[in-house]
Amino acid sequence: MTLELSSLTALWWAVIFSGLYHGINPGMGWPLAVSAGLMERKHSALPVALAMLAFGHLIAMLAILLPFSLVTTLLYWEEEIRIGAGMLVIAMGVYLLINRRHPKFLARVHPSRLALWSFLAAMAHGAGLMLVPIYLGICAIGADDTGHLAARELMGNNIMNALAVAFAHTLAMTVAGGLIATIIYFWLGLKFLSKTWFNLDVVWALSLILVGGFGVYSAYAGH
Amino acid sequence: MNMRPDPTFHPTAQLAMKAPVENYGFTVMLSPDGSQPDGIAVVDLNPKSDTYGEIVHQVLATEKGDEFHHFGWNACSSSLSPLTGHAFLERRYLIVPGIRSSRVYVIDVKEPLKAKIHKVIEPEEIFEKTGYSRPHTIHCGPEGIYVSTLGGGGKDGTDGPPGIFIMDCETFEVIGRYEMDRGPQDKHYDFWWNLPQDYMVSSEWGLPPQFEGGLVPDDLLSNKYGHSIHFWDLRKRKNIQTIDLGENHQMALEIRPAHDPAKSHGFCGVVVDTTNLQGAIFTWWRDDDGTWQAKKTITIDPVPADPDDLPDMLKGFGAVPPLVTDIDLSLDDRFLYVACWGLGEMHQYDVSDPMNPVLAGKVEIGGIVAKHKHPNGKDFAYGPQMVEISRDGKRVYWTNSLYSTWDDQFYPNDEGGQMVMARVGENGGLELDKDFYIDFPKGYRSHQIRLEGGDCSTDSFCYPNV
Repeated sequence: MTLELSSLTALWWAVIFSGLYHGINPGMGWPLAVSAGLMERKHSALPVALAMLAFGHLIAMLAILLPFSLVTTLLYWEEEIRIGAGMLVIAMGVYLLINRRHPKFLARVHPSRLALWSFLAAMAHGAGLMLVPIYLGICAIGADDTGHLAARELMGNNIMNALAVAFAHTLAMTVAGGLIATIIYFWLGLKFLSKTWFNLDVVWALSLILVGGFGVYSAYAGH
Repeated sequence: MNMRPDPTFHPTAQLAMKAPVENYGFTVMLSPDGSQPDGIAVVDLNPKSDTYGEIVHQVLATEKGDEFHHFGWNACSSSLSPLTGHAFLERRYLIVPGIRSSRVYVIDVKEPLKAKIHKVIEPEEIFEKTGYSRPHTIHCGPEGIYVSTLGGGGKDGTDGPPGIFIMDCETFEVIGRYEMDRGPQDKHYDFWWNLPQDYMVSSEWGLPPQFEGGLVPDDLLSNKYGHSIHFWDLRKRKNIQTIDLGENHQMALEIRPAHDPAKSHGFCGVVVDTTNLQGAIFTWWRDDDGTWQAKKTITIDPVPADPDDLPDMLKGFGAVPPLVTDIDLSLDDRFLYVACWGLGEMHQYDVSDPMNPVLAGKVEIGGIVAKHKHPNGKDFAYGPQMVEISRDGKRVYWTNSLYSTWDDQFYPNDEGGQMVMARVGENGGLELDKDFYIDFPKGYRSHQIRLEGGDCSTDSFCYPNV
């Protein structure tokens, strides 16, 4: 039980950490918030833009997590689902490693449609997938504790878990990205934009593989 | 792939102005009769160098008769836009089209002294994938490299309208046509845009039969060259408004939007007004209700001349038209440079108030009748033509050839290629540098100039000035 509690805590920290990680990544949109604030020539445009980016990201997380929350009710297949999900995340990472081209369709989104852009960027980069193994881990621990619950209640629990994971992750992302955007917008200036922008493509792809690998391992190991 | 953005990518025009100055320039070498391959001359622009103001390297085309004209970079500061996701491209390749052959060369200039051809895109690939011909202006944009063309399909390029096609910014593969709804646009020349505001503006010269063999006087006098500018929803690829500048305003060429993307205005140069031979600049802008407007804000008068001093084409008029063939806007959106190729003058206008430009400086060099000499005492063939401004706005470079067959019509006795430079005063004013004068190798004329690290007619910015 203690072990489970601590691993549950660790998984929730992973949710927060992945949020901070996504938030720091310029590819998830914080430079757009700086741009919005400057283009509209008013400070309030910055938080509005951050909120739009957060909303798009949240929807992208839910679009990935909610379908998994439905299949988690198939307790009998739990291990297979978790292994499959882990493999899927690994595959996405490998794909991004091999295909280093940037998704062109993102460039066709109008610059003011930040929520749509954020949603598509998250989907294209597998941001939601990165959460799946963590989320399934949380659900598995929940299922162990409440093994006697009816499938419907379990599903309800898992949907609540999906919402909580997506919210916590997005909140962390927005705090991290918002902090950088705000510091650049108010204090450092745009000169730092090109200095703070690192190419995270490879790191990102490796993160997916790492998280996917964790998913597969923890499914085998029981948690 | 880089870990950090290319050091020549600048979020804003202001920051680009403060960046290190250019060390090299790249200038088109044109063999007007196609007897030698065209090329790109690498010019040393570092005043501390022993070879300052000299051509230090040449990249020659693989074929002859391409007719190099305009060219551009594979990437500019707009790559920093998070929307495009291309922040780690390098501003490294020059995309150089041949407007006569429709062949496109990709030249790697990472090491300017060892610049070399990286890839050649054969005309057939462009014909097949786009139905366009005679590629011209290059800009790096959201979906890749955008290339405007002057001709449609068929041998003489009149089978269908010309337009813009897109190339992949990493592989240089031709992807296909840009336009989804071109509206009334049926001719093409230049284009540029404002990326955050998501609009594009394009202009019109004429169709290939109207320029390839030389200017067609009957077409000009019956106002058959282009005289409209088109406004596009950039990402929807749709023509949203066409403004006819008036059919007498023949050849609406260069489009120069303000570099600060928070502004919604720009300029367009008109070669000649057929009612009075004036050259003109139009200011275009977007109204509060979203409609586009254009108004003539600069006119330059022709200068009376003895018909004996004039080429056949102009004898009947008894005057030299200014012939506004190129314009360029400094990165601070303050000075607009206007090449008067016929008169032999380079004008500098203060356009701080874009609706009321004020002449701030002027240089006289070359000219159909005036034939002003360079301050070093040497001749300058033709007149001031393609102009490029240093990022910091302190140096203005230009060359002298317009287009092979047109040079011969307006300047039948001139030959040669030159590149010169003028210095800009603290508050305007323009003065030729006596020591900067590049004579091109025999048999070559000179055309567009690009500056190492970006320049005022290629760099687009995604962040407004602060």
